[in-house]
Amino acid sequence: MTDKAIVCKDLCKQFGDFTAVNRISFDVNKGEIYGFLGANGAGKTTAMRMLCGLSYPTSGEATVAGYNVYRQQEAIKRNIGYMSQKFSLYENLTVRENIRFYGGVYGLSDSQLKEKGVELIERLGLGKEMNKLVGELPLGWKQKLAFSVAIIHQPTIVFLDEPTGGVDPVTRRQFWDLIYHAADQGITIFVTTHYMDEAEYCHRLSIMVDGRIDALDTPAELKRKYSARTMDEVFYALARGAKRSAD
Amino acid sequence: MRTLKFLLEKEFRQIFRNKSLLPILFVLPMVQLLIMPLAADFDIKDIRVAIVDNDHSSYSRRLTEKIGASGYFHIEGFAASYAEALRLVGTGSADIILEIPPQFARNLVKEGDQKVYLAADAINGMKGSLGASYLTAVLTDFNNDIRVEWMQPQKMEPQPTIEIVQENWFNPSMNYPFFMVPGILVILVTMVAGFIAALNIVQEKEIGTIEQINVTPIKKWQFILGKLIPFWLIGMIDFTIGLLIARLVYGIVPVGHIGTLYLFLSVYLVALLGFGLLVSTYSDNQLQAMFVAFFFIMIFILMSGLFTPVENMPGWAKVISHMTPVTYFIEVMRMIVLKGSDFGDIRTPFLIVLGFAVLLNAWAIFNYRKTS
Amino acid sequence: MKQFLVFVRKEFYHVFRDKRTLLILFGLPIAQVLLFGFALTTEIKNAQIVVVDYSKDVATQQIITRIAASPYFSLDREVLSYADMERAFRRGKIKCAVVFPPHFNEDLLHGHKAQVQIIADASDPNTDRTLSNYLNAIIGEYQHDLNANIPVPYQIKTEITMLYNPEMNGSMNFIPGVIALVLMIACTTLTSVSIVREKEMGTMEVLLVSPFRPLYVILSKAVPYLALSLMNFTIILLLGVFLLDVPIRGNLVLLFAESLFFILSCLSFGLLISSFTSSQQTAMMISMMGMMLPTILFTGFLFPIENMPWPLQVISNIVPAKWYYSIMKTVMLKGLGITAVWKESLVLVGMTCALLAISLKSFKIRLA
Repeated sequence: MTDKAIVCKDLCKQFGDFTAVNRISFDVNKGEIYGFLGANGAGKTTAMRMLCGLSYPTSGEATVAGYNVYRQQEAIKRNIGYMSQKFSLYENLTVRENIRFYGGVYGLSDSQLKEKGVELIERLGLGKEMNKLVGELPLGWKQKLAFSVAIIHQPTIVFLDEPTGGVDPVTRRQFWDLIYHAADQGITIFVTTHYMDEAEYCHRLSIMVDGRIDALDTPAELKRKYSARTMDEVFYALARGAKRSAD
Repeated sequence: MRTLKFLLEKEFRQIFRNKSLLPILFVLPMVQLLIMPLAADFDIKDIRVAIVDNDHSSYSRRLTEKIGASGYFHIEGFAASYAEALRLVGTGSADIILEIPPQFARNLVKEGDQKVYLAADAINGMKGSLGASYLTAVLTDFNNDIRVEWMQPQKMEPQPTIEIVQENWFNPSMNYPFFMVPGILVILVTMVAGFIAALNIVQEKEIGTIEQINVTPIKKWQFILGKLIPFWLIGMIDFTIGLLIARLVYGIVPVGHIGTLYLFLSVYLVALLGFGLLVSTYSDNQLQAMFVAFFFIMIFILMSGLFTPVENMPGWAKVISHMTPVTYFIEVMRMIVLKGSDFGDIRTPFLIVLGFAVLLNAWAIFNYRKTS
Repeated sequence: MKQFLVFVRKEFYHVFRDKRTLLILFGLPIAQVLLFGFALTTEIKNAQIVVVDYSKDVATQQIITRIAASPYFSLDREVLSYADMERAFRRGKIKCAVVFPPHFNEDLLHGHKAQVQIIADASDPNTDRTLSNYLNAIIGEYQHDLNANIPVPYQIKTEITMLYNPEMNGSMNFIPGVIALVLMIACTTLTSVSIVREKEMGTMEVLLVSPFRPLYVILSKAVPYLALSLMNFTIILLLGVFLLDVPIRGNLVLLFAESLFFILSCLSFGLLISSFTSSQQTAMMISMMGMMLPTILFTGFLFPIENMPWPLQVISNIVPAKWYYSIMKTVMLKGLGITAVWKESLVLVGMTCALLAISLKSFKIRLA
């Protein structure tokens, strides 16, 4: 085993003539919080879906948690957590039922389910809402719940696709506390975001433009390279050259 | 196995939490079962006759009375002329016209034969020709009556006659609901199970939860089975309630073995749900799934022999009919319930439906992709 | 007005983007017309029959030959015993059987009376009755021919005319029925689902906070479906005329006007459903499952309404499709004008207005 959670080399995805992801290469270290930035339509979600085993790459190589993305998708799925852009817990199930369901399908035993459930609800402070339908919760709580559910089985890596979209700053802060807590437990975090303040929280990050990765480094190093004061300026400097219009 | 348990738990919770869907699954079909068989009656009873009596003799009056008393006809009215009678048919208030010519009775005696005119509304061809032939039968009867009256009995020579003894098997009282109720029950179960299955997976696609399922290690067959089992149970429950209604309301007690019926039903439901799930895996949104499912289920129903017998169809249509599982179940249902057929009698349709079940579900599992 | 057109255009895009749904929408009437026109018939041909002949004499042979020659029966099964026949019935292989007892011809010629037994599968009473009638006719004719040389006095002859449909074209009856069915299902489902979908996705609120009046939001949704329905209606008419030889004897403008009202009533009904349901699933189940059988049954194009028990006849009156079907038959096939259908038309228009009013009102209530 290497100390890399994700190894990605020349990964491509084409839809017809359109190259959504164009030969991207990067590594993610174990235990790292890796930021995956890019404008809308730059190809972030497509790249992430390939790494999660939701879609086949057109060409290139990639391993996730040591498993090949072409042949070992089911093995990948056992070792990752995923939280999509679209809220994806069952709104017509209660908080507890959702936890039980997802924990169950990841193979947690009854005692683990109980223990994890209690711990999770306590950490999120959802004790009173535990028997409420998820559809009735405010968005921020839904997102925190979705994240906690995505790591309920202690995956090697968790993929987060714009997890904090539409959430207030306080909740975003709490959300990042959860992320750090997960990282402390040794879970590798792979996160996309549009918030540049969040980008600063990452250990390393890459910025995608028109399907390519144009920059990859630590936030401090990137700012130095582009002689920018903030990540915002770095992002502008790169994204200005983009040809693809945002979707 | 454990994964399946969690999937089932989730599906059942979602079904029973959907308060507006539950009555549609269990109450709507049963209300239809109560009403539809009463409405589905081909038996033509009250054909409305408009009579144009240009004779006004005691004989023409007797003929009119005989028609009214025959049980098939209702004398809608007397018209002064054929044109007036035609208007009655035009507006839909009469189905058939009987015109008796002037001097009918007198000329019948004098000339030995007479003609009466029948005109039937034949837009519904079957109804029109049945009406005409029933009316002709009444006329023949009337003809025999007056012939016997007018002729001296000794002049009638004994003729060789063939006496026909009629037996109506399996349903001696010729009760139409006996025929329709089992068929309609099949259709209702088919619609409930077919539609609900077709909508389900695509609903998860629309909400986006399918993505989350797709990144979990749930196996494809587990996911499909998790969808199939709850709907299978709903189908079984609906069918059972339907059988009870058939028994309590229509007095239909299956002649054959009820175990055989359920054996067939259980396989049939698997086939049908496989079809629904297949539609679901191909569709992008619920509206599309519903329309596709509706399209096929409508063809299944029309071709199933519920309303019009399969034997009457031309060859190509028979082929289509035999490619739809519904046809077999309606046939088997009627065989077991009305004729008391045993498993030996239904083995062929059973094996065919089993084939459908395997094929459709395998196809659905194959077509459901966790990775695109 | 300009705003309204923008909205209508948006709805058209929605409808026409989903090719598969569109395909089904137009495939549905075409398939129905083809099936009803060419596959589904209550007319019996080649019914499987067996003869159990214990006499095997001249008379039975002659009758069997006549049965075999009839287009209604197909006699290709040799059955030796009563038990074989019973099994064939139970397996559904045969619809009826004729049993000749021993000494049939002898009884007929010397005793002047012979018996024959007709057994029919009455699980379908309708087929049973029809087949028995045919058999009775064949045997009666045979008997008549035996006695042909004896003159019959005082004969009443009948001359039969089949009005409107002398060729007995089976398609006549169902074309208006299919039109009613397709319009009902398509309009009701599409309207209810498209509105409920916007509710489900939360986009309805966006539309309703726009400076646009809710009434126009609804109207703009109805326009594309109205257009689609009229297209569907035209397709069915064309198929009927050119493929199935169904004539249009009445005024085409009147036909379209009546259809317009019927379509409006279906659209309003869809709107009504949408204001009482919150999920697409429920809306679809109600508009398809709930509507299909009642429309088939209560229009009377498969089963005569006069046969139904009176409570059902009463209920059938509240189904707009029933009135529409009756109007279509009178105008299209009998060639009569508005004077013949003014009562039905009034009922239809009244229902449409009532449905529209109720649905708009309940829609507003739900919004409040």
